[in-house]
Order: sequence, then C-alpha cells, then structure tokens
Amino acid sequence: MSTILEIKNLHKDFGSLNILNSINVTIEEGDFLVLVGPSGCGKSTLLNCIAGLEPITSGAITIDGRDMTTVSPKDRDIAMVFQSYALYPTMTVGQNITFGMKVRGIEKNEREEKLLKVAKQLQIESLLNRRPGQLSGGQRQRVAMGRALVRDPKLFLFDEPLSNLDAKLRVEMRTEIKKLHQNLNASMVYVTHDQIEAMTLATKIVVMKGGIVQQIGTPSEIYNRPSNLFVADFMGSPAMNLIPAKVANNGKGTKFTIARSRGEPLMLFDDNITKLPENVVLGLRPEDIGDAKLRKGDKLQISTCSVDVVEPAGADTYVLINLGGKEVTARLQAETAAQTGMEMAFTFNMDKVSYFDAQTGQRLN
Amino acid sequence: MTKLNSKYADSGYIQKLILRSLLFLLLGIFAVYYLMPLFIMVTTSLKSLEEIRTGSLIDLPREVTFTAWKTAWSGACTGIQCEGLRPFFWNSVLLAVPAVFISTLIGALNGYVIAQWRFKGANLIFSLMLFGCFIPFQVVLLPMARVLGIINLAGSISGLVFVHVIYGIGFTTLFFRNYYVSIPVELVKAAKIDGANFFRIFISIFLPLSLPIIVVTVIWQFTQIWNDFLFGVSFSEAGTQPVTVALNNIVNSTTGVKEYNVDMAAAIIAALPTLLVYVVAGKYFIRGLTAGSVKG
Ligand SMILES: Nc1ncnc2c1ncn2[C@@H]1O[C@H](COP(=O)(O)OP(=O)(O)OP(=O)(O)O)[C@@H](O)[C@H]1O
Ligand SMILES: [Mg+2]
Repeated sequence: MSTILEIKNLHKDFGSLNILNSINVTIEEGDFLVLVGPSGCGKSTLLNCIAGLEPITSGAITIDGRDMTTVSPKDRDIAMVFQSYALYPTMTVGQNITFGMKVRGIEKNEREEKLLKVAKQLQIESLLNRRPGQLSGGQRQRVAMGRALVRDPKLFLFDEPLSNLDAKLRVEMRTEIKKLHQNLNASMVYVTHDQIEAMTLATKIVVMKGGIVQQIGTPSEIYNRPSNLFVADFMGSPAMNLIPAKVANNGKGTKFTIARSRGEPLMLFDDNITKLPENVVLGLRPEDIGDAKLRKGDKLQISTCSVDVVEPAGADTYVLINLGGKEVTARLQAETAAQTGMEMAFTFNMDKVSYFDAQTGQRLN
Repeated sequence: MTKLNSKYADSGYIQKLILRSLLFLLLGIFAVYYLMPLFIMVTTSLKSLEEIRTGSLIDLPREVTFTAWKTAWSGACTGIQCEGLRPFFWNSVLLAVPAVFISTLIGALNGYVIAQWRFKGANLIFSLMLFGCFIPFQVVLLPMARVLGIINLAGSISGLVFVHVIYGIGFTTLFFRNYYVSIPVELVKAAKIDGANFFRIFISIFLPLSLPIIVVTVIWQFTQIWNDFLFGVSFSEAGTQPVTVALNNIVNSTTGVKEYNVDMAAAIIAALPTLLVYVVAGKYFIRGLTAGSVKG
C-alpha cells in the first residue's frame, strides 16, 4: 500500500479570514476518507484545495508522491463529483461523460468504449442521449458519478453527492457508492455533514469544526473514543449522553456523583481510573444505558431513575431520564416495561464510558 | 335558490363583458394612435406628388405608384450627390454588422470573465463599465474625435465601428454578466478538472447556453447602431455616412419642390432593418429578457 494523498500543515485564508488551520491528513491506497463537520466548517474548501480549484495559503499537498502546489486541477489525476452535480446543461449524458476525454484528445473509439463500460456499470445506458434537464435527481447523480468514474483517477473527490436526493434514494446510493469503492478499490475523499453517511461509508473519518480537525480515526474509534465533547456530541444518533458529574477518589477507584432534580444524587463507580479533575463530563452512548430487568453483566451498575418520556421506535424503545440537569437517552429493547413517570432500575455500562474535562472538553481516558 | 344564483351569474357575466369591451376599445384606440403615423407614411409614399398636393393626408392612394420608393432608393439627392439612399444603406450595413458582432463577442467574454472567473477587482471593473453605459453621447464626442484622429480612423467606417463597439461594450457586458452570474460556478470547476481551459470552457459550455441573451444583445445593439445619428453625423465624411444621416440630408435638401412621398419612402427604407430584426427575433427578445438561471 502506498500513500495516495498527504496534506501537511495546510492553511487557507480568504482575504483576512482564516478558513482552514493546520490540517494534516494522509490517505493510503484504497482508503475511503470521509470529511464530516457542521455547515461552514470548511469541508468544501478543503476539497477544493485538494482539487487545486482554490490556491492554498501555506502548507503542502502531495498526491501519489507528487507535490501539487503548482499543479493545475487537470493534471492532478483526480475526479470530482459536486453537490449540484454540475452537469453541462447543453450536452447529452454521453457528451457530459466523454467531455474530459475529448478535451484531452483521446480517440473516438476509445471514448465510446469507455463510455459504454461506465454506462453499463452505472446502468444509465438508456439515458446516454438525454440532456441533464430531462433526468431525475438520482439519474443526474449517476451521470455525475459516471463523469468521475470514466477518468479512472488516482483519487476521487466527492462533495456531498447525496445531499440533494430524497431519503430513500440516498440510502440506496450510499450502498452503491460503498459497493463501487469495494469493487474498484479506489481511494476517495468524501464530504458530508451527515454523520450516518460518514459512519457507514468511511474507512477513516476526519471530524472538522471551524476549520480545525477535531479527530481523525476509524469509524469505531470516532464512535467509541471521541477525542472531545464536540465529536462526542456530533457523531452518533441519538447523540451520546453527556452528563456533568463530580469526582471523588474512594481508595481503589473513582466515585462519580450526578445531581438530580428530584431525590438522591446518582452514584456511579469506576475502578479503572484515577486522577480525574474535580468536574468531568461523563459520556455514555444511549445503548450503554439499559433496562436492568433485561440486561445482565459484570460491570453493569444498577441504579433507579424516574422515566420522563417513552419513545417506541420499532426495534428499540428510547427512554428519556433526567440526570445532572440534562435529558439522558437510554436505548432499551422493545419489550421493556418502561412507562412514563415510573421509577425503574437502569444499568450503566462503565466499560464503555468516556470522560471529558468539563472545562476544556478534552477526553481524559 | 338556483334561479337567484343564475341571475347573479348573469349580471356578473354582463359586467365582465362590458369591462372587456371597454378594455379592447381602449387598446384599439392606442393601437390606431400608434399605427397612424406608419399608415400615413406608407400611403403617402405610394401616392404621386400630384395626389399628395390635391388629396387629404389620410386618404388611401387613388393610384398606387412605386416611383417614390425608386427615387428614394437610387435617385434622391443628398446635397450635390443624387444616388438615393442606396450607398448609405450599405454603409450602415457595413457599419452595423461588424460593430454588433464585435461588441456582442467582447460583451460575452467580459461577462464570462466577470461572472465566472471572479478575479480581484472584478466588481470594480464591472461598476466602471456600468458607469460607462450612462455617459451621454455628447460627452464623448470631442475626445472621441481626437482619438479617431490619432489612430488614423477619422471619417472612415472602421472608425464608426470602433466608436460603436467602445460605446456598446458597457451594455453588452452588463447583459452577459447578469445572465452568466446565475450559472453555478461548479460548472467551471467541473470543466477545469475535465481539463478544459479558459476559452474551451467558454466555447463548449457557456456559448451554447447563451442563445437567448445573444438575441437580446444583438437586437439591442443593432437598433442602437442602426438608428444612431449623432455619432454618424460627427465621425463620417461624404462617402461614409450612414443611412440616418443620408435620410436627414434627403429630407432637408433645399433644392426644388418638397417631395413628401420620397421622404416617406426613404424614412421607411431607413427603418426597415430594425423593424425586420424585431419581427424575426422579437419572440426571443422577450424570452431572453425574462430567461432565468439554467437548470442543469
Ligand atoms: N470564496 C469565498 N470567499 C470568502 N469566504 C468563503 C469563500 N468560500 C467559502 N467561504 C467561507 O469559508 C467557510 C467554509 O466554507 P465551506 O464551503 O468550505 O463550508 P462547508 O464545510 O463545505 O459547508 P457546507 O456543509 O454548508 O457545504 C464558510 O464560512 C464560508 O463562508
Ligand atoms: Mg460544502
């Protein structure tokens, strides 16, 4: 495996406005890198920098070992799919897909051959003579993919390619893109602000906020060990529960005290960690809080809480309880007996817990 | 109940009918009002001088004759020369066609650069060009005469083409810029990645999109340039005058009797090309003015 893309210390300003700050990312061959973050955090800008459509202020970008600083977009061996698809409106689907080859002076026979191959792959053979205006959103999306695929580049860049599709089509196309990636073993950079898309597609996720990389890791690292409160809150649906707690050392481990609006505070214990600051935020995924009647385990700690809201969602039932002044979501099995207003025993899985510094928001364990 | 209803419906219907008739009456009056001069021009141009002198202005010609048209085209005197409008008509064609073509092309390129390749200072340049649209003709007369003298184009048709191109660029740029600004910038980005350069993108992607705005610009420029009198009279000499100047000379020539029929025919001939352009392309004109962004 070789390194396909390496971004070193990249800075990008628009005038006096700093958009990207100290970005360091590498991609190996076959990686599916997903850039995720809230709107306006600089994802598209970073992608444009990689493509050479925006000049960078400082730092370096290498693609397949070549320094890209002065290389124009057409010579970077990349292909890009845009959020708006950016199909050429006066050209037919076939002309859209072959335009790049035509510009580069590739023989007609070869163009036709490649076009047919890609059209077959994407099942758009019957659309080749239509214009983009005569296509549905999903079909346009395919054509945009086709235009990228036919290039057979070192690196694919996708800027929110699914965000204009309706929910059902989005899920379908997501699966297709994943298949495509597996079949081609291509290297991809994919921008989205949909964290589910990020989790399902990525081999590597970069979470960004305000032009700064918050965390880089595999989907499971990002999900299970978020590096700060922002990532913890951003990735996962429903979001991770972030519960403020007071810390006390009790000889062999740590005791956490969580205030409640009614009744006694909730106590949780963790023997595997010491030396935490006085105030921490406890991060527990909804699935790490369970119904004590239905879940058993060594490290599960049981405590009684009162149920505020019950939300059945088919396979699971979400229950909201109030802890530390926050609504906390628990994901219970559908057969739970939870009822609004009742006192009920919950399990807390302290194996999976994340600790964050209440001041800085950084991960502590 | 039903009876009541139908009665209401009836009176509503009658009311509508009356309003409608009034509307059409009003529109009809306006149409007649606007068409009257044209009607008189046409009828007068088809009458003989004798009939004009004896008959009334709005009478139809008793005897249709095309001699006035013939004289206007190839015999009427413009000062000492008596070759009719013909040579000047061709002057105007030789002037308008290249001037329209060049100013439209430059406007398209300017609009493309300003709207799609937003370089530093693009907005400032665009504002200055807009400002150029509002400079009155009279202001540029003297400086332009000087410039034409310096570049050795004074009194020539090429000089007039130059003047009209310069003066038209502000408008044509405005038209194309406003049209191209609604086209998403991703199109250029995609084409750049596809390997197309500045001109290739313009020719392969933007020009094919531009038919409506090209029509608007061509009509606008052609009308302006063909109908121009001030530049024509200021920057031409005896052999290079455009048709508007010649028409003026025919009508104002003091020798002999006043031939109204010839004047009218000459005026119609001079106006015919712009009329034709509207009839042929007017449909696109409206469409182009209202054309919005391009759905991709
Ligand atoms: N040409 C530009 N000039 C100045 N500022 C810009 C320019 N393009 C983008 N920005 C700013 O840069 C920031 C990042 O924009 P960018 O388009 O990269 O966000 P994004 O993460 O892709 O957001 P979204 O998810 O909404 O697409 C934004 O604050 C935006 O206003
Ligand atoms: Mg974006």
